Amino acid sequence: MAKYSIFNIIKNAFNEDKNWARAWRDPEPKKSYDVIIIGAGGHGLASAFYLAKNHGIRNIAVLEKGYLGGGNTGRNTTIVRSNYMLDENAHFYEKSLQLWEQLSSELNYNVMFSQRGVLNLAHTDSQIDAITRRGNTMRLNGIDAELLDEKQIRKLMPYLDFSNDVRFPIKGGLLQRRGGTARHDAVAWGLARAADSLGVDIIQNCEVIGFEETGNKITIVKTSRGNFNCGKVGFAVAGNTGHLASLINLKLPIESHVLQAFVSEPLKPMIDHVVTFGAGHFYISQSDKGGLVFGGDIDMYNSYAQKGNLPLIEEVVTAGLAMIPSLSRLRITRHWGGVMDMSMDGSPIIGKSPIDNLYLNCGWCYGGFKATPGSGWVFAHTIANDEPHSLNKGLNLERFKKGRMVDERGAGPFPNRH
Amino acid sequence: MLIINCPLCGPRDHAEFTYVGDATKNRPENSDNSNDNAWYDFVYLRDNPKGLHQELWQHSFGCRCFVKVLRNTLTHEIIATGMPKDNLILKEKGLELSV
Ligand SMILES: Cc1cc2nc3c(=O)[nH]c(=O)nc-3n(C[C@H](O)[C@H](O)[C@H](O)COP(=O)(O)OP(=O)(O)OC[C@H]3O[C@@H](n4cnc5c(N)ncnc54)[C@H](O)[C@@H]3O)c2cc1C
Repeated sequence: MAKYSIFNIIKNAFNEDKNWARAWRDPEPKKSYDVIIIGAGGHGLASAFYLAKNHGIRNIAVLEKGYLGGGNTGRNTTIVRSNYMLDENAHFYEKSLQLWEQLSSELNYNVMFSQRGVLNLAHTDSQIDAITRRGNTMRLNGIDAELLDEKQIRKLMPYLDFSNDVRFPIKGGLLQRRGGTARHDAVAWGLARAADSLGVDIIQNCEVIGFEETGNKITIVKTSRGNFNCGKVGFAVAGNTGHLASLINLKLPIESHVLQAFVSEPLKPMIDHVVTFGAGHFYISQSDKGGLVFGGDIDMYNSYAQKGNLPLIEEVVTAGLAMIPSLSRLRITRHWGGVMDMSMDGSPIIGKSPIDNLYLNCGWCYGGFKATPGSGWVFAHTIANDEPHSLNKGLNLERFKKGRMVDERGAGPFPNRH
Repeated sequence: MLIINCPLCGPRDHAEFTYVGDATKNRPENSDNSNDNAWYDFVYLRDNPKGLHQELWQHSFGCRCFVKVLRNTLTHEIIATGMPKDNLILKEKGLELSV
């Protein structure tokens, strides 16, 4: 595959850009694969890429029921950060952030990773205590964090509501400067191109509809495009995990819920960072095209529909207006939903399963986009070695049985509360 | 908006309700160690079906009763509602549990 470079761009410009090769193949599926990854979102593609690159396994298929990147990868608000407190999450997400910092050059594809900074606002004294504790924990873990007071925030983000008579005055915030956003489609496309060039077969329009087992092993993966023999199988299907697991009678500590996101009409540059509200659930950033990209809570009830409901839209917008009153005259041009794999403690499950050759990558809740490269890195390691990487050891499925939750919010076993 | 037919108050907007979750989970009899698996199942494991789901909603801004709802998680269509002890699947004769 041709490497993208400045010389390539100039050369192709002479032919009116008619001679670019396609970025990845559309291969006829083989009969048998050493590893089958189900789901060509960012996680499935990153896992295949690192399996090929770091572990030398090349006979890999990634099966996708629709088009690659059409799931949550292509539907999310693209916030990338590593501001976690518990050890199991903190080191994993920090590894992922470090991989993001290299990803464009690693893939030879611009994923438009923009470290514009992520700021979490605090509105009460107890919230200041909480973000101070979080920031200190992050710094002890070697992760960047800065506590800002109201004055400093006013300078960075003059559009926030700083008046004193508001219900939730801004008292301070926790800033992670290395956090930011990335271009979601580019992440899927860049990973697909890089995995494909290492020989990975990406098979689209290929829905997995069942499995055949011998002993405690999956031997055949049944799909809408025929049956494949398999060595090992990895699930990376986000909100569809519950359904896929039910095809092999596996019950998981996961519920599927719909999360909506919104884009406004394009504006001149206004919001330079990612900002989150502390008194309600609301997060916002501005895309390179000028649209404000924002979101809030899930719709709260189990759902496999990629569409949400109106009361939640009202709730999200109310929180947004409390934080940035000038949004009130803005028009929303698009909104959509994605199906989230909400886990029982709010943290991901990435590791082995009760079936010998099946590996699970799920439970990402709202936050799996930022995990994309890290998830691929440790999932590839887990599949190749049949044991977890040190970074995902604590994120296993057994933790629920043993009572070792990784619950950042302390919200308990209620998936819609995380 | 989902319209939930509360058995006591009649049809109401879902915004009046708080979602509780899967209505098929039963609390194990006792809490000695021999029951660990049953507790694990009760607290953490969910069928999470794509299709018909029996679930509980509390009518928080109404009668405050718990209402059982049979709903399709793929289309959001509400097929039946009743009191928590009602078996809605049986009521809806001929209805298959999977879609
Ligand atoms: C509205 C919204 C906002 C979000 N915002 C953020 C954010 O700001 N920051 C962040 O870090 N995360 C965010 N997330 C979460 C993030 O998008 C996801 O956790 C992450 O993208 C999941 O990637 P994935 O590869 O696991 O899943 P997906 O991208 O969903 O890929 C799974 C793929 O599996 C396929 N599939 C499913 N079933 C089958 C089958 N039976 N056979 C074959 N293929 C199948 C699907 O078609 C899909 O393409 C958000 C999510 C949503 C919906």
